[in-house]
Amino acid sequence: MTAAFRRTWGMPLLLGVLTAFGLLAALLGDGIWDHLSAVALGIPVVVGGWHSLRRPAETARSRNGPH
Amino acid sequence: MNAHRLRLWAWIHKWSSLVCTVFMLLLCLTGLPLIFHHEIDRLLGDTVAAPALPADAPRISLDRVVAIADAQFPGYRPMFVSQDVDDDRIWYVTMSRSLASEADLKQAAIDARTGAVLAQPRLQGGFLNFMLHLHTDLFAGLPGKLFLGCMGLLLALAIVSGVILYAPFMRKLEFGTVRRGKASRLRWLDLHNLLGIVTLVWALVVALTGVINTLADPIIALWQHDQVQELIAPYRGLPPARPGSLQRAVDAAHAAAPGKALKFVAFPGTAFSTPHHYAVFMRGATPATVRLLTPVLVDAQTAAVTASRAMPWYVTALLISQPLHFGDYGGMAMKIWWALLDVATIVVLLTGLFLWFGRRRRAAARQETHGLPVRSAPHLAREGNG
Repeated sequence: MTAAFRRTWGMPLLLGVLTAFGLLAALLGDGIWDHLSAVALGIPVVVGGWHSLRRPAETARSRNGPH
Repeated sequence: MNAHRLRLWAWIHKWSSLVCTVFMLLLCLTGLPLIFHHEIDRLLGDTVAAPALPADAPRISLDRVVAIADAQFPGYRPMFVSQDVDDDRIWYVTMSRSLASEADLKQAAIDARTGAVLAQPRLQGGFLNFMLHLHTDLFAGLPGKLFLGCMGLLLALAIVSGVILYAPFMRKLEFGTVRRGKASRLRWLDLHNLLGIVTLVWALVVALTGVINTLADPIIALWQHDQVQELIAPYRGLPPARPGSLQRAVDAAHAAAPGKALKFVAFPGTAFSTPHHYAVFMRGATPATVRLLTPVLVDAQTAAVTASRAMPWYVTALLISQPLHFGDYGGMAMKIWWALLDVATIVVLLTGLFLWFGRRRRAAARQETHGLPVRSAPHLAREGNG
């Protein structure tokens, strides 16, 4: 796995695996599995929401911003 | 990826999403209240509750239950008797004027211990049923369902092609970058890419399980043709059965499928049974098997078990697709994530639409000033760098 690949796909792969785990855990188990599923499904939502809604000032500081 | 392949994928992404976007917006919007249909029902007072009685209170015969329902709706015939997974104190008897049609359904919720009629849940009309029709068949029956299924396939194609385009766009950007400069277009693009990739697995699962759900009627018809017809060969030429005791049939099914629980019974003559059998659908008792069904076909007159075999793979695929599409199997936390993922998908659809409109406008302006032809295929390197 090259560094470039990891940079582009690392996070999407992680979030994809978490989503798939979350979808299956609650389907196949109950109790603790429902809780694990809630956590796993929540992470992609929170990550997406955080990057979508954070303030522009923080974006400007990111290393690869266009500014 | 070379420029030619890239342009091809961009073309696929553009057209697959353009064709389905309006319908996907409709499905996302109507799906939102459907995620919370239990809660909305409760709010509207449409839920049924059984009064508290000792847990070992005796149960009345199912034949009594059916007779009570019959008395509620003269002129209607019972089609299904069913039970919630988490509450076996209430029987739901679904009735119609004709067993072949689901056009005019009535339902009675009957206390399994006292025989009291607890409610007559409305299966038609109301806000949620309106949303459900818009979401499943556009009020156009099977053709409507199959049409939405095709739109779902296009969405799956749009998602896959979008993933292929993600890498070239993101080559020079950190994950999660949302550029907020003077060009709102870059912001739309970054939000589209970010939320598209974040919702990727969920959206693909919901799209494909939705497509499978649109095939429910053909799948049940295939099961009839493939598995049930051969069982009724000995009955050929006989008139349809006058149903005998339902309780005896259910007892026989329990004996034939030990360790399983009853999910629902289809009366003779429905799409889920034969003209000569009660079809007693048994489910597993563990979380992993609760959605898997074993239909036990019981001769409606003799209460002898004709067949008991697990559903074939294509029905199992349908049964597993249902929860994965509805998001109703992991409690309230899952429903909230489901709703937020749905909202994120709406943002992906809208930003995609904005990008397409904006590009068309700019292309037209360029053509006017430079006399250049309007290029339909996007345009990656320039935009990736802003």
